[in-house]
Amino acid sequence: MKIIVCVKQVPDTTEVRLDPVKGTLIREGVPSIMNPDDKAGLEAALRIKDRNGAEVTVITMGPPQAADVLRESLAMGADEAVLVTDRAFGGADTWATSCTLAAACGRLGYDIIFTGRQAIDGDTAQVGPEMAEHLNIPNVSYAAAIETEGDHLLVKREFEDRYHEVKVQMPCLITALAELNAPRYMTPGGIFTAYREKEITTWTRADLPVEDENIGLKGSPTKVVKSFPKTVKAAGMKIERGVDESVQFIMDKLKEKYIL
Amino acid sequence: MNMNKESHGVFVFAQQVDKTITNVSYELIGKGKEIAVELGTKVSAVLVGSGIKELAQNLVEYGADRVIVIDDEALETYTVEPYTQALTAAVTAYNPEILLMGATAIGRDLAPRVAARLHTGLTADCTVLEVDKEKQELFMTRPAFGGNLMATIECPNYRPQMATVRPGVMVKRLRDKEASGEIVVFDAGIQKNNCYVEVQKVVKHIAHKIDIQDAKILVSGGRGVGGKENFKYLYDLAEAVGGTVSGSRAAVDSGWLEKDEQVGQTGKTVRPGVYFAVGISGAIQHVAGMEESDYIIAINKDAGAPIFSVADVGIVGDMTKILPELTKAVWAEKSNKESL
Repeated sequence: MKIIVCVKQVPDTTEVRLDPVKGTLIREGVPSIMNPDDKAGLEAALRIKDRNGAEVTVITMGPPQAADVLRESLAMGADEAVLVTDRAFGGADTWATSCTLAAACGRLGYDIIFTGRQAIDGDTAQVGPEMAEHLNIPNVSYAAAIETEGDHLLVKREFEDRYHEVKVQMPCLITALAELNAPRYMTPGGIFTAYREKEITTWTRADLPVEDENIGLKGSPTKVVKSFPKTVKAAGMKIERGVDESVQFIMDKLKEKYIL
Repeated sequence: MNMNKESHGVFVFAQQVDKTITNVSYELIGKGKEIAVELGTKVSAVLVGSGIKELAQNLVEYGADRVIVIDDEALETYTVEPYTQALTAAVTAYNPEILLMGATAIGRDLAPRVAARLHTGLTADCTVLEVDKEKQELFMTRPAFGGNLMATIECPNYRPQMATVRPGVMVKRLRDKEASGEIVVFDAGIQKNNCYVEVQKVVKHIAHKIDIQDAKILVSGGRGVGGKENFKYLYDLAEAVGGTVSGSRAAVDSGWLEKDEQVGQTGKTVRPGVYFAVGISGAIQHVAGMEESDYIIAINKDAGAPIFSVADVGIVGDMTKILPELTKAVWAEKSNKESL
């Protein structure tokens, strides 16, 4: 069985701070990590490998330093790693990203593709289902548990108030929730092999069968008009009155804000 | 689809589950109507499911000018492929300029598959949707970088312009029982293919303790609540407003709440729609865990408590007196609304 896991290197957004004076993001010193949902996808793939045997390939699209998350994946137990990197891929929205990654997956071949549900820097949850569409394969999003059964997967698909037990034929794409599992740590032997012995394959624009009009900034249907820091809100109003007036005041605000 | 001048109208995906329309669909019809008025066009709801035609009138009463009903047995239980076929068929037939969907566990799965099939752009989890007057197109604003940054996105060359919006962000219109609208049954020609999956079992979560990070409304108590028995006032208010009780470290250390109910640097970071801070002084470690809440209402005896500097509404007073009255007022308001 061939499993591809798509991983993304992301800034640890819990560490991102705003410059209180300039109102800009302070990016310096923010650690880069493997996106948590993607790591759950990788762990799911490695567990299938442990149980049934499988060849696990991790791919990422990003700048050269994104290779760090590939090394980490190899050290956790992935077999192969592919870095998709080219200036031509830069500035891609989810459409262009999914076209590029789908082309890379098509070149690799697969029975299962795992992506994380969403990345913590973009939070879109779009790239996985869009890839599945480009590849014309079924997708199951929000996976909270996975089992293999012959040429099918049984997936626990989470919703707000319920879950579905879904049977899906391979080849298929699954988007993993971080809750899916507790990812393993890198082993010392794994780290040694990952950094000393394993090669990372690099693919550029020339290596992938993609159309120029579907990649990078130019191939992105959505464009960023502007970005701005979230306004830091000022203190609101404070009143010191009797019980009835206080209650009325809160009720008015709750209604004004359509909370009631 | 590539931009063409013929596209017009605002479409809203009317999500229903078990023949109940999800609230966010009404909220989007409200927003969609505003946008449609600005663009001089109409808002249509696309109602997708099996045996759901009788729900269409609800959408009209919340502002839809037209409801396009796609009724097919394959749409009984949500799975992405037949729903994608349904929506893409409707979009292809009617050619709307905008398609809005709720950023629900369904919408966030369905919208990207639809956008990819149509070859258009999609902007996730928007908090602001506005028409740019000059370009006559949709400007979609969403948080990025874990909410640290806002980005405004456009989709200039492809149609429809697609956006998902989180539940509770937009405001539904008042229901108008007299409203009339067109209800059209549309045959989407849904065909089984290799992308179908089989739902073997549907398991509804039984009402369990809500994770405070998922709660839309938190009623949070601190040292100033004064004792475990006084938390009943918080539980009563939480029940009335449909919220969940949480607390500060002081409340947890005093044994009034469980550790997993603690907000703050050593507890959980929360960003509910409404955060009631009751008897919480507002130490910086606590504030770090709740300052992103959309709306903060603080009630504290001490007029000098630092919590008032982050609160949208600050009430100086005795929570044991204010909370019971507030709870009563909320119930009264609710029963008043239901009888309308």
